[in-house]
Amino acid sequence: MIKVDNLSKSFGSLKVLHNISMEINKGDVVAIVGPSGSGKSTLLRCVNLLEVPTEGKVWIDGQNLTDPKTNIMHVRAKIGMVFQHFHLFPHKTALENLTYAPMKVKGLSKGEAVSTARNLLKKVGLEEKENEYPNRLSGGQKQRVAIARALAMEPEYMLFDEPTSALDPEMVKEVLDVMKSLAGSGMTMAIVTHEMGFAREVADRVCFLDGGALVEQAPPKEFFQSPRTDRAKAFLEKVL
Amino acid sequence: MGFSQIYDSIPYILYGIWVTLQFVSVSAVFGFIWGIILALFKISRVTFLTGFADAYTFIFRGVPLILQLAIIYFATPQVVGYDITAFQAGVLAFSLHSGAYISEIIRAGILAVDKGQTEAAQALGVSYRPMMKDIILPQAMKNILPALMNEFITLTKESAIVSTIGVLDIMRRAQIVAADKFLYFPPLITAAVIYLILVTILTLLGRAVERRMRRSD
Repeated sequence: MIKVDNLSKSFGSLKVLHNISMEINKGDVVAIVGPSGSGKSTLLRCVNLLEVPTEGKVWIDGQNLTDPKTNIMHVRAKIGMVFQHFHLFPHKTALENLTYAPMKVKGLSKGEAVSTARNLLKKVGLEEKENEYPNRLSGGQKQRVAIARALAMEPEYMLFDEPTSALDPEMVKEVLDVMKSLAGSGMTMAIVTHEMGFAREVADRVCFLDGGALVEQAPPKEFFQSPRTDRAKAFLEKVL
Repeated sequence: MGFSQIYDSIPYILYGIWVTLQFVSVSAVFGFIWGIILALFKISRVTFLTGFADAYTFIFRGVPLILQLAIIYFATPQVVGYDITAFQAGVLAFSLHSGAYISEIIRAGILAVDKGQTEAAQALGVSYRPMMKDIILPQAMKNILPALMNEFITLTKESAIVSTIGVLDIMRRAQIVAADKFLYFPPLITAAVIYLILVTILTLLGRAVERRMRRSD
């Protein structure tokens, strides 16, 4: 379980997150939505400590991440992350992108890592591309490789930071389809997204952030049909 | 122009290639390793390390190389009492000197790698050392290869300075031949041609490495 407890984050004098508390249970798919600059990405990045919270705590399976004694590398190994701009390793092939961390971090043999990687590439429909370098892949393909790379570590949680925002429109679906099937397999996911249709269809819960505060949390049906707050209503009017 | 008069001495000068190459390659390897370490100091968050690396660069980039060499070879032994050979002194001076330059090149190269690469590695649980070695430095190297090759070429040419402390490199041998025959033009031009050929080989080597590294583009 991921538990965010009274979390605040400031960059210098700019406070981007205000006292956020939320929980993500095993198997949950949570969509984090809100206007640009509302702190969605920062919140997600606090969950694996790519950003260090200014105040408050983050718990993963009972481990306090903000405690300096916690080995953050161990915790990160079980939280997969997918970025808006993919961040594939450009000097490694698709297959090497997938095998690198399992071999380095988990000490898998090359044979084991390669067979897992091939399975995953097949799962995201890119088994033909294992020897291609990222530059030769389309945006949608890159993002699918990035998802597979995160999955290669066999994470218990997956964080998605606007995974389709940098894609050409015709490539959004192929990535969302992969995510959908992942959600169907029971993966615990937190997704920062602007794809409202996808959030409605796939998420168990929608978290609406505005101005750095968690304004509303509700099941998607409730959130999209009858938002409780004016801020959520105003946001939905703009995007739907 | 008298080239025929030094014909017998040409093998003697040519043997200096081996001395120069030995000297340059050892210095380049040490300077490169030392440059990486200094670059990592410079980008670290430990104030002591960044302070040390900056002060180091300030000194070794600010003092003429020929003077550094003289301090290491002539002055330091008088203070510490250890008799250093000319070759050791040369390697030491050149490694320390080029380390300062190379560290700046590498630092710029590391900073030019997209921050997302660090984040992606961190998010996968990869710790600092393998991340630097396998993810960040290979990408940095690709970008700085031309600058790095330039530094090695400079090192090869500037190595002629060791002739001032008596190392029998190409330059020194040419001077000896010149003094012996009292004929300057042929031996010095011979040395110049040898340096040009060495630099050309280095340049071609650099291009080949660069092509190899650009495979993923």
